[in-house]
Amino acid sequence: MTLVAEDVTVRAGGRALVEDVSLEAARGEVVGIVGPNGAGKSTLLRTFYRARRPTSGRVLLDGEDVWRMKGRALARRLAAVLQETPGEFELTVYDVVAMGRAPYKRAFQGDDAADREVITSALAALDVANLAREPFDRLSGGEKQRVLIARALAQEPDVMVLDEPTNHLDLRHQLDALGLVRELGVTAVVALHDLNMAAAFCDRVAVLHRGRLAASGTPRDVLTPDLLADVYRVDAEIDVHPTTGTPRITVLPPVSG
Amino acid sequence: MTAAAHGRARSDAAKPDPAPPPRRRVPYGATLALLAALAVAAATAGTAAGSVTIPPAQVWGIVLHAIHPALADPTWTPVRETIVLDVRLPRVVLGGVVGAGLSVCGMALQALVRNPLADPMLMGVSSGATVGAVLVMTFHLAFAGTFSLPVSAFAGALLALVLVVALARSGGRMTTVRLVLSGVATAEVLQAVASFLIVTSDDPHKADAALRWMLGGLAGSTWDLVWLPALAVVAGTAALLGVSRSLNLLLAGEEAAAAMGLDVHRFRAALFTLVAALVGTIVAVSGAIGFVGLMMPHVVRLLVGADHRRALPAVALLGAAFLMAADVAARTVIAPEEIPVGIITALVGGPFFLWLMRRRAA
Repeated sequence: MTLVAEDVTVRAGGRALVEDVSLEAARGEVVGIVGPNGAGKSTLLRTFYRARRPTSGRVLLDGEDVWRMKGRALARRLAAVLQETPGEFELTVYDVVAMGRAPYKRAFQGDDAADREVITSALAALDVANLAREPFDRLSGGEKQRVLIARALAQEPDVMVLDEPTNHLDLRHQLDALGLVRELGVTAVVALHDLNMAAAFCDRVAVLHRGRLAASGTPRDVLTPDLLADVYRVDAEIDVHPTTGTPRITVLPPVSG
Repeated sequence: MTAAAHGRARSDAAKPDPAPPPRRRVPYGATLALLAALAVAAATAGTAAGSVTIPPAQVWGIVLHAIHPALADPTWTPVRETIVLDVRLPRVVLGGVVGAGLSVCGMALQALVRNPLADPMLMGVSSGATVGAVLVMTFHLAFAGTFSLPVSAFAGALLALVLVVALARSGGRMTTVRLVLSGVATAEVLQAVASFLIVTSDDPHKADAALRWMLGGLAGSTWDLVWLPALAVVAGTAALLGVSRSLNLLLAGEEAAAAMGLDVHRFRAALFTLVAALVGTIVAVSGAIGFVGLMMPHVVRLLVGADHRRALPAVALLGAAFLMAADVAARTVIAPEEIPVGIITALVGGPFFLWLMRRRAA
């Protein structure tokens, strides 16, 4: 599955939140979206999972405009992991993950054995099987995040869109979550804050700056001191990590005079 | 994944109390059977109690005999048969229908606005019905015979619904906050209109009747009044069960629901219309009985969880049982006088609401 954004622009109140952004995630590729706060990362992702219609431009899944597809048909192929979480309704972890089966179901259709297996293995994959009967709302932030990734897995998608999936996660679970996305072999578009994570896990990164695409390409090509100075207004040193061979970004403290 | 290696390591260090042990709930089937038994018991008590106490066995004998003469031998007087079948049973059945309907609507509405404190009486529809009913009572309107009041109340409910939806829509979309605000504002205005009509009415008896109606009650129920709301509640509950998965998705939040394939705005508009029409039908025959639609969903979520596929049938049964029981209290506490059943539900519901608030704040 290939996900392509074609000149996507999103305007609100006369201001462009995202402007003329084009990018492509080829089959099985993990593409990172990085950029400072307010750069338009989340807004861009919203146009992928049909939460915000682009003012102009198109989002194509294998050549098909996602905004011309039925929501359910898209949800069977593309799943999103978002920051927003259920609240105050005592849903169990199992209930939350089971929601992921909704795009496959018609009215009055229950979960069959195959659905339960998908749900159970999604719970196991994210290491939350032992929490299945606990109320979602009482989990820690990191546990919630893993449950939401499990829910996306239960949709059995070919493409996953993840908005800062490593927020709230400790180091171990950050690695696990991103490693799992890689392992699944799905096409993935991931908004990330941590540039080192992006460098280690993404095939390519796209840098957004004030709604525009500032750069895109392999982490090695894109993440340069000049770009970081330009986009993030920080001084950074970038070298190749001796063990992993991926770019290592070290942000230098501002020189105080 | 190396689950064994890092085990159940908590991802957040700052988590003060350990996770509660997994809840052990009574099996769902057993809970449902228990609630059904509760409803049957409440219905039996409701039919047995009154100025003439009829033993439960005889109540069932009369009912079974009416269903099929071979099921029970008539050992009772015809008067008792009339009391059970034509006086008490319609009232009990209507109580069950109204209780189930308000509870189901409350649950759907709470998912709709994603707020567990939503109540069907807060959305303006019941106030619209009140204006319609009060108009009939204070101006002695009788355009449709005995049905004048429920028809007028339903018309009022529909008008309020149109008003609320029109106010809540903006650019083809209906946001939750606007829906709640326009519902509350509409309710306040219509309530004021109804109060104005009552206060300026020159006939104290009519004013009294209108006030009683506003408090909600099931007095004077006849079979003629039962079948339409019963049909509406059964059909409405079935429809909600059909979309129970989508109701679950609403709990996940607007964006997540959209990402899982739900057309949130269309679904919400359709759901609101269904719920409002259902509440309008109910309020037209029972008056504005508060707190049932707020309380019952909470109790049921504690019993069977929030998954609507399981919670909706349970809440219908519990709501029916609760209102039938409340109506028994309304009829017997100061017999032979009757208390509007809305006073009973408010007396139980107010403290419950406060308890809920404090529990959530904790």
